[in-house]
Amino acid sequence: MALRSTDILTQTPQGLYCPLGDFHIDPVRPVKRALITHGHSDHARSGHQSVMATRETLRIMGVRYGEDFAGSTQEAPLRESLRVGDVTVRFTPAGHVLGSAQISIEAGGTRVVVSGDYKRAEDPTCLPYEVVPCDVFITEATFGLPVFRHPDTRGEVRKLLDSVALFPERAHIVGAYALGKAQRVMALLREEGYDQPIYLHGAMERLTELYKSEGIPLGETPKVVAAERSKLTGAIVICPPSSIQDLWSRRFPDPVTCFASGWMRVRGRARQKGVELPLVISDHSDWDDLCRTIQETGAGEVWVTHGQEDALVHWCTTHGIRARPLHMLGYGDEGEAEEAAHPPLDGEGREQGERGGVETPTSESDGANHPTSALRADPPPQGEDMP
Amino acid sequence: MNRFAALLDRLGYEPRRNAKLRLLTDYFRHTSDPDRGYALAAMTGALMFKEAKPGLIRGLVEERTDPELFRMSYHYVGDLAETVALIWPAPGHESVAPASDIPAIGHNNPPPHVPTLTEVIETLATTSKSDLPARVAGWMDALDETGRWALIKLITRELRVGVSARLAKTAVAQLGQIEPDEVELVWHGLEAPYEDLFAWVEGRGPKPESGNPAPFRPSMLSHPLEDEDFAKLEASEFLAEWKWDGIRLQAASGHGSDGRPVRRIYSRTGEDVSRAFPDLVEALDFEGAIDGELLIVREGRVQTFNVLQQRLNRKAVTPKLIAEFPAHLRVYDILFEGEEDLRALPFAERRRRLEALVTRLDDPRIDLSPMVPFETWEDLAAARADPASVGAGPDADAIEGCMVKRANSPYLPGRPKGYWYKWKRDPYLVDAVMMYGQRGHGKRSSFYSDYTFGVWRDGPGGEELVPVGKAYHGFTDEELVKLDRFVRNHTVKRFGPVREVEYGKDKGLVLEVAFEGLQRSTRHKSGVAMRFPRINRIRWDKPAAEADRIETLEKILERGEQEVHPLKDQEA
Repeated sequence: MALRSTDILTQTPQGLYCPLGDFHIDPVRPVKRALITHGHSDHARSGHQSVMATRETLRIMGVRYGEDFAGSTQEAPLRESLRVGDVTVRFTPAGHVLGSAQISIEAGGTRVVVSGDYKRAEDPTCLPYEVVPCDVFITEATFGLPVFRHPDTRGEVRKLLDSVALFPERAHIVGAYALGKAQRVMALLREEGYDQPIYLHGAMERLTELYKSEGIPLGETPKVVAAERSKLTGAIVICPPSSIQDLWSRRFPDPVTCFASGWMRVRGRARQKGVELPLVISDHSDWDDLCRTIQETGAGEVWVTHGQEDALVHWCTTHGIRARPLHMLGYGDEGEAEEAAHPPLDGEGREQGERGGVETPTSESDGANHPTSALRADPPPQGEDMP
Repeated sequence: MNRFAALLDRLGYEPRRNAKLRLLTDYFRHTSDPDRGYALAAMTGALMFKEAKPGLIRGLVEERTDPELFRMSYHYVGDLAETVALIWPAPGHESVAPASDIPAIGHNNPPPHVPTLTEVIETLATTSKSDLPARVAGWMDALDETGRWALIKLITRELRVGVSARLAKTAVAQLGQIEPDEVELVWHGLEAPYEDLFAWVEGRGPKPESGNPAPFRPSMLSHPLEDEDFAKLEASEFLAEWKWDGIRLQAASGHGSDGRPVRRIYSRTGEDVSRAFPDLVEALDFEGAIDGELLIVREGRVQTFNVLQQRLNRKAVTPKLIAEFPAHLRVYDILFEGEEDLRALPFAERRRRLEALVTRLDDPRIDLSPMVPFETWEDLAAARADPASVGAGPDADAIEGCMVKRANSPYLPGRPKGYWYKWKRDPYLVDAVMMYGQRGHGKRSSFYSDYTFGVWRDGPGGEELVPVGKAYHGFTDEELVKLDRFVRNHTVKRFGPVREVEYGKDKGLVLEVAFEGLQRSTRHKSGVAMRFPRINRIRWDKPAAEADRIETLEKILERGEQEVHPLKDQEA
């Protein structure tokens, strides 16, 4: 008889936990045994007794936290079945960043797949996503609203190169997450034939070196030297998103502020950040790919870990798939998911069920008859313009 | 269409004027006729589609999307046009369709192809109402997110990408070595797609005839006068007039090739509004161009802006409307007299020419804005504080401050620095209590940035707060973060994008609200509506019980009404 899915996987304060195998997946606090899907710091934390992950993810953790980031480490070769306690686990490429993997757990004829973060779009810096058929699929929903459809990345990179051509006297400062996005942008620029040096903020350097040592060609990527910032006319500079508006970037010649992120799809979001050239390049699945992936896994049940859970749960339900939101906290501290966990208010005043500035719609009317409708006056009179 | 969409997209994010110009000029240079001409028409507001209306788009998207998913998306994005553009389920994107209805869409439509801008504009202008939905849906299917967004902007005729007609024309002028004002002068004789204009600026064709014997000339605008400016400005070099609470107009008059008079009235942005003021057009019995303020004058008295608005709000200009709200032009500058360009003359000299012209005209509908005599800034401050005391007489209530102009100032287009200043009367202030917060739009789509506030009145169960207005500006970005946090932390009820916050005698946040005026309103619970309300100060320190009462507003209102309807009072 097949086991119930909750025997294989449950939720604990540390994160997802497999009782039969006695391990956590991407725990947010130190645990005895952790299986890690990928190297972003909200999923891969230091201080666990033992860590199992792909070779690349272990390397990334070593670079970020130092080689002693865990008591012991075990490399999980891709697509190989490994016995852990009473279950069989298998790591399969997730297409998110270098080394990212989904983790499937199988016991008693039931298979649960924890996707971690994933995308279906092409990425020259990591292995493509592979569909793993399963009974229960555990998905993220960072971009779980139908307004998020990521365009072809080539068009976005062209936008950047066109702007560099139109404003050769200015520097283009591209905000990109240090692990994955930054290297993907560099690789895409090279694919489009850009052969000038791509300048890097210091925070990008070591991970970029790691990517290069894994055989990913990124060309010449010098670190920006402080004294030379003002001379970098016409240059493309990649830095962490937090640096696009600070003094560091203002020293460049008349900088054009760019940001590579799926959030750039929504104009208001881009403007909030003061972005002048938004580049819609995401390492997460867009809405269509989330829906397609759920269907392709054949799962009868879907759990949604973090992001815009409600719309995706609604979609599953209307398509005959059981689904529930896990409302997991603690994810989204790095990378694109950060917006989901930290609305522009630095997270203070955030309530349960409210993420990324979107409220849970349950128990709310549509606002058509809210009390201020009585106050809706004529449009404000204009003193100096004709109405 | 894709090039045009990309241009709009880029312009919308670009804050710098010069960079906008570069983007526009680059587009005009690399786009062929007639596409670029239609783009110019779209940006100068020269397009008009009879049947294509925003409701069309709404209907189309409702057929194609799950209402729950659409609602969640709209709440997130905060802008309807953008939500539609992003959520539109193009063929192959069935994941947003209503679950029951997946295969039914798009079967009988022609296969989608990406239209050119010209095709879009010409089709929108000529297609019948019944055929339009299928055409628009076909384009929406074929275009990408940015293209759909641009298409919706075209249909709603609200580009909102921070490009004025003037800037678009300047970009065209920069294709060649031509002054923007020269483009302005020939503009009224031209029509989309402006092939003759492009030919001229690119040196391939003759200068187009100015088909307009009464053209608009760009208005000269002023800067606000700040306290610290007085120390730097020498009072003897300036002249002052009242700042009228009306609407800035330019009246131009000439004669056509057939010798018949051509008279036009323009808004300060150059929009031809002659049709709205036939009574005033009739009075333009001169040749040249004058600059002044539109007011309503009854029995020789200037009425308040509230009264003027009642005329502006009507669509049909009937004889009854004209009799009830007679339009009046109070002039303060002259740009042209006959063919003579006076704009390079000093203001004082132009003023003399203007006075002579108004005397000659001798029409009660056009009069001079009087000068305010002063020697020191203190004199002027006193005049501004009490216009009635220095000769404004019964018109004092329609005065919203002073205009201060350098006596030797030429008439320059735009808002040049150092010549003209406006010194507005202080706004009214009231302490009100925040009652509701609403999520903003656009840049503020995740902030509670629009606040409804109320004042105290006597209710059936004792004192209660009654909402009197709503404001969404006047605060800094840092204050916005704090106000937003206040709303989130003190929510008692939610209504969609609106939250009711805690308020009462012993709790709540007091906002000092500044506003320019009040009018009676049947649409408001409190019976009053504010003009230009904004948050002047956040009174974190003030207990809600000490906020103002409705009587404070009633008093302001009554004072205004007495001034406005003196005759009525006499009858009563």
